[in-house]
Amino acid sequence: MEITEELIKHVAELSRLEFSDDEVETYTKQMDSIINMANELSEVDTEGVEETVQVVDRDTVFREDKPEHWQGQNRETLMENVPEKANGFIKVPVIIEKDDNE
Amino acid sequence: MNFKSTIGLEVHFELKTKSKIFSPSPVSYGAKPNTETNVIDWAMPGVLPMVNKDVYRLGIMVALATNAHVLPTTHFDRKNYFYPDNPKAYQITQFFQPLARDGYIEVEVNGKKKRIGIHEMHIEEDAGKNTHGTNGFSYVDLNRQGVPLLEVVSEPDMETPEEAYAYLEKLRKIVQFTGASDVKMEEGSMRVDTNISIRPAGQKELGTKVEMKNLNSFDHVRRSLAYEQKRQEQVLLSGGRIQVSTRRFDEATGKTVLERVKEGAADYRYFPEPDIAPDHISQEWIDEIAKTLPKSAYERYDDYVNKFGIKPYDANVLLQTKESSDFFDAAVAAGADPTLAANWMNTQVNGYLNDNRVELADVKLTPENLAKMIELIKDGTISSKIAKKVFAETIENGTDPKKYVEEKGMVQLSDLSVLEPMVKKVVDNNPQSVEDFKNGKDRAIGFLVGQIMKETRGKANPKVVNKLLNKELASR
Repeated sequence: MEITEELIKHVAELSRLEFSDDEVETYTKQMDSIINMANELSEVDTEGVEETVQVVDRDTVFREDKPEHWQGQNRETLMENVPEKANGFIKVPVIIEKDDNE
Repeated sequence: MNFKSTIGLEVHFELKTKSKIFSPSPVSYGAKPNTETNVIDWAMPGVLPMVNKDVYRLGIMVALATNAHVLPTTHFDRKNYFYPDNPKAYQITQFFQPLARDGYIEVEVNGKKKRIGIHEMHIEEDAGKNTHGTNGFSYVDLNRQGVPLLEVVSEPDMETPEEAYAYLEKLRKIVQFTGASDVKMEEGSMRVDTNISIRPAGQKELGTKVEMKNLNSFDHVRRSLAYEQKRQEQVLLSGGRIQVSTRRFDEATGKTVLERVKEGAADYRYFPEPDIAPDHISQEWIDEIAKTLPKSAYERYDDYVNKFGIKPYDANVLLQTKESSDFFDAAVAAGADPTLAANWMNTQVNGYLNDNRVELADVKLTPENLAKMIELIKDGTISSKIAKKVFAETIENGTDPKKYVEEKGMVQLSDLSVLEPMVKKVVDNNPQSVEDFKNGKDRAIGFLVGQIMKETRGKANPKVVNKLLNKELASR
């Protein structure tokens, strides 16, 4: 797969990141080498091997529906990494547009 | 030119669990912002999601109730998007292997029955709630992050707004009576997105579809679809082209307004969620769940009208919520006369709930006490007038009606040895009423009953008094 500058710009936009032209150039090169390194995997002969998304030998791991309040640390700790807060809310720049359909 | 519309609906239901889908945080409403969260909801590094078994159980109930096939193996996937309501930058959903496929429900529009297909349904997590301020900031509350959702995706089988409306009503009723969700649109436990395209009659390929989101009532769904049908027709007739877009319904004008044009398909880069192992859903478990599936509203309606002889209107009132229907069923199971129980539920109980703006679950009335009270009315122990006092006591304080009536000496007076002389005396004292009665004035007897009631402070059994009065008057 060829990694183009357009592709890097597209992924950056999806991730809400802003890159300078220099950065786009750097990341395009880096991403290209990373992806192409992973491409080596496609050289393995997988003829007749069933497709899987999972390598652990367990399945159907469920939890009972028992509610627990967060005991580990208090709420203030959970909110510690929040740059800006207001009345217990996380304050963020307004973004009306949502590229998602929930 | 004639056009045909094609309508599809996506409906999200919040599943009624105590804890979230992937974390044990409680699911609750009205909690202080961000308090019902833990490290998993915040997507702290190193945390792992673990699936709540009840989310599957409730989802399977809905699948069974809508004739859908539960997949033997399901798997979660990541839907990637960046938005402040979503700390992981992806939503965990089921994209490739959903919970169930190929269901259907039957609707009736203008006397015509139609089967509407359900393409698939999958379970997923809700995102946090964003409140947009006017000052250029949004305020995020992650309490809703991780609340379990079931998304039911219909086939594009509907051709009119009325069919879409009928589908929604039926689907809501079905889900409501499984008990899997509260199905309240005003509280967000049921959310509807629609899509509609039109094409000239005879054309095979579907037209370009327009999506509408966040419709907050069934009525808005119907009106927005009707408006969209017309608008798209006009665009095509004037030689225009429909754009792939999202529109919203403006309540004030009854029109749909363009929100955003979609350029190219959304790019969510779905991939299998590596943190959650596949889930094998055994037929045994499905069978077990099927056994616990509550009776549908339609089966209950049949019981009420055909078995109990309740009027269709009253049956429908009882069936407005699962809670009231369950309550009624329990009262009948506790021995209440079904017709009387239905009357009390629909008038006194509902009246009380409405006046006090509370729900059945909030009051102290139990089905057993309602049954006891109805028994007291039926066997003539208390009059319906006294019953209102007893009812007020039992719904306010949970008092046992039998004990209350005994303690307060409210037992109805049916004793003939007391009532007979009283009737004689009243008739003796009111010769004018006797005259009136003979002249065919029915009101006269009402006056005499009133006199007896006054004398006994409302305790006299009206049935017995009526009988005695008729006998006494006829003999004069």
